Amino acid sequence: MNSGALSTETALAVSNVSHAFGARKALDGVSFGIGAGDFTVLLGLNGAGKTTLFALVTGLYHSRDGSISVYGADLKSHYLKALARIGAVFQQSTLDLDLTVEQNMFYHAALHGIARSVAAPRITAELERLGLADRRKDKARNLSGGQRRRVELARALIHEPTLLLLDEPTVGLDIESRQFLLDHVRKLCAERGMAVLWATHLIDEADDNSKVVVLHKGKVLAAGSASEVIAGAGEATLRGAFDKLVGSAPAGKGKPQ
Amino acid sequence: MRAAQYYRAFMGILQREALRWMGQRSRFVSALVRPLVWLGIFAAGFRFTLGLSIIEPYDTYIPYEVYIAPGLVAMIQLFNGMQSSLSMVYDREMGSMKTLMISPFPRWFLLLSKLMAGVAVSVVQVYMFLAIALAWDVSPPPLGYLEMLPALILSGLMLGALGLVLSSFIKQLENFAGVMNFVIFPMFFASSALNPLWRVKESSLWLYRIYSANPFTHAVELIRYAMYGQFNGLATGVVAGFLAVFMIAAVWGYDPGRGLIAKRGGPPE
Repeated sequence: MNSGALSTETALAVSNVSHAFGARKALDGVSFGIGAGDFTVLLGLNGAGKTTLFALVTGLYHSRDGSISVYGADLKSHYLKALARIGAVFQQSTLDLDLTVEQNMFYHAALHGIARSVAAPRITAELERLGLADRRKDKARNLSGGQRRRVELARALIHEPTLLLLDEPTVGLDIESRQFLLDHVRKLCAERGMAVLWATHLIDEADDNSKVVVLHKGKVLAAGSASEVIAGAGEATLRGAFDKLVGSAPAGKGKPQ
Repeated sequence: MRAAQYYRAFMGILQREALRWMGQRSRFVSALVRPLVWLGIFAAGFRFTLGLSIIEPYDTYIPYEVYIAPGLVAMIQLFNGMQSSLSMVYDREMGSMKTLMISPFPRWFLLLSKLMAGVAVSVVQVYMFLAIALAWDVSPPPLGYLEMLPALILSGLMLGALGLVLSSFIKQLENFAGVMNFVIFPMFFASSALNPLWRVKESSLWLYRIYSANPFTHAVELIRYAMYGQFNGLATGVVAGFLAVFMIAAVWGYDPGRGLIAKRGGPPE
């Protein structure tokens, strides 16, 4: 579509979003943006509100306050247009374990209105890239945790999304699988100009080229490039900056650490 | 989204339902055995205590097995509707429901597709049951098998939509036993599936009113009449009405803005 000015295009704009479950406020006035081609790490401890934010951005439910738009399409008024551009890997696996890898992929393709003849080569290509070509006919149940994650990533790419969302994708994976996933997604950013929002509580998953959003107890404490966040906190490393930001945030009744 | 894309999405949902159905042999077998137990054991015990006079739509005296066959057909559909709602709750707990919910189609379309896929499965089960029921002399006119198809689709949609509504209100899988006790059993027993309405009316007017208000009664009668090539206007109207009500409630329940998903406590953080 629009080939020019990709780098300045806003892939995801979250503005002033708040959400509460009963009395518990999960998100409080959250605002940040992601540009096309950005690898953005959403950094936060458990309970920071990352999963709630993902549910809102994928339209599982709507926020009460504020607005979210994907490539200019508002999630409330242009819901379907926004969803068509999103690929998502949730924290909890969403594979149908009783179906084979291939059946899961075709099901996803159908749910995006893609014909089997169009989906088949894409499925082959994505599975090959992720080293899963030989597991194609296996039931999802028989795959390891790392393999399931890779299938989910491959599946999220079939409809060629331009915004990829991953919620704690490396949880429970060994070091090797974790690095593989991280490298692969970084490559997607660089090669396809895809915008990525990568939620994690592992600080070392952000490198110097990453954008960083620090989320703590439902509030954004800092956002920008890694170096900006580090400089803003007056620290030398991202870990130092994160600890300082989180440590100086007003203490709630959340978990310690 | 164009029509072809809607069609592909529907076929994808249908295919998944069929794959899951064929993969779960126990579910498949129990769905067939359950009505056959009723037909072979329960009905045999009652055939002498329950003299049936000639009632519509039958044109002769009929054995009890023949009387309860349409009720058992509706029971297959009731169980199927509840089964698919169970699988929706399961999917939600397991996360695979998200795959459906984040696809770029309107929620009502996704729910309706899911519903129709479930009905397609239940219709196949019904015809398999009727083939076996021939051994008990349950033999409606040959054309009846064809004429009951629209009735089966309508009643299947209504009972499936009820399942969808329940699935949007049920918080967790454990609560599903309650559905058995408070939905399936009362609906089945307080209907014309096992007792003709005129007999109920003879024994208690109050019970008769409950039976008549039960949507399942109308699903049974819709199927019973259609099976013998007759059209029951009242039953058709009531079943269609309840279908509309349940469908609206289900779409409301799954609406991302208003529904119950957002209010349900959120992620366990």
